[in-house]
Amino acid sequence: MADDGRILPLELRGVSFAAGGRTILAGISARIEAGPATIILGANGAGKSVLMRLMHGLLAPSGGEISWNGRDGAAARRHQAMVFQRPVLLRRSALHNVTYALALAGVPAAEREALALEALREVGLAGVARRPARVLSGGEQQRLALARAWALHPEVLFLDEPTANLDPGATREIETVIRAFDAAGTKIIMSTHNLGQARRLGDEVLYLHEGRLVERAPVEEFFRRPRSPEAAAFLRGELPWL
Amino acid sequence: MTAIADALREAAALVAGADPALAAIVALSLQVSLAAVGVATAVALPLGALLAVGRFPGRRALVVLVNAFMGLPPVVVGLLVYLLLSRAGPLGELGLLFTPGAMVIAQTLLVLPIVAALCRQAVEDAWREYEEQLRSLGASGARAALTLVWDIRFSLVTAVLAGLGRALSEVGAVIIVGGNIEGVTRVMTTAIALETSKGDLALALALGFILIALVTLFNAAAQLVKEAAERRYG
Repeated sequence: MADDGRILPLELRGVSFAAGGRTILAGISARIEAGPATIILGANGAGKSVLMRLMHGLLAPSGGEISWNGRDGAAARRHQAMVFQRPVLLRRSALHNVTYALALAGVPAAEREALALEALREVGLAGVARRPARVLSGGEQQRLALARAWALHPEVLFLDEPTANLDPGATREIETVIRAFDAAGTKIIMSTHNLGQARRLGDEVLYLHEGRLVERAPVEEFFRRPRSPEAAAFLRGELPWL
Repeated sequence: MTAIADALREAAALVAGADPALAAIVALSLQVSLAAVGVATAVALPLGALLAVGRFPGRRALVVLVNAFMGLPPVVVGLLVYLLLSRAGPLGELGLLFTPGAMVIAQTLLVLPIVAALCRQAVEDAWREYEEQLRSLGASGARAALTLVWDIRFSLVTAVLAGLGRALSEVGAVIIVGGNIEGVTRVMTTAIALETSKGDLALALALGFILIALVTLFNAAAQLVKEAAERRYG
């Protein structure tokens, strides 16, 4: 769907965000290129979710600038999708949750169902296409959220701790779908608490500490030899056996 | 005590015998109140949703106003509609005063703020849950409002029922604009008021029972639909 020009690279220049008198992010500058899957790591409250919402345009920065290959956020949003920690599904069938997203994306009515079914097949939900979305299991609901994103063929997919509420089996299934996005050329930008997942899915890590971007490194390097004392302390805390 | 017992017995006989005068009164009540609730709902649901999702100047004042109007005194609404529809009033030409049409108008005005305020609250709660996802998908404004209303349609049944309860049970507005004319504008509540003042407690009681039974029936049916839908759609 990115036929009218790519939206990457994403450029953040001195981005800050404050709410209720509290600074949540400060001075974030980064250039995010197409290609490597980007993992945003950090302790609770480090600002991971807020950073992704700023990138996706759900929040407006209090300071600084965010631009998508020179375009503003609103124009670029159509080429992005986001999957949240807890999927928000509508009270209609799995299939119609996907066709709804396609309708909003301006896909002609005649094409929606075929595209939606293809997306459901991709995540392994073709068999429950006609079931009401809200009665699916937690893992199936999250896969449906991924199918909804898949149908849109986004250039960038944001994932905000997509497996935080899921058991290991469901987590594996979600990771498989995320890999398929990656293989299809979708840029992955994901936050996670699961360091194993970060290593499995990520190519590079952005490490946030108390609202600041303190380290950016290829994933293996980050885990082997973090350069910043904050990231080193975080990894020691999370992986004390290292 | 015997007076009450007699009245109860007579009331039961009237209901059991499907007294035609009684049936006509009940039918008119239902026609007027269901029409009013239908019209009010058609306006109130979009209005409530817009108040929940929209961001425009004066929104908060409008929310307060709609909430306050949930408690509009029926006699005052009756009086205002009476003034509008009376021969000398701005809408006097329509000749609606003392017709069921006038009663529908008055009850619509009473029901509208109730349904709108309850809808606004329900949609606002849902919006909190759905907002990020809907904005991420590119739905905003009217589109988002419609999506939300449809998604919580079973919860909104409660709002509509509250409006119907209000319409069926109010007496102040319909008695002023309808005039309680036998066979033309006499409904259950105005008949109860009249028969009580005349001392015909049996008819008044019979109507009272029917009124309560009807309201209970509507609520029971709605509850069943809601529960079935929740099982089905989650």
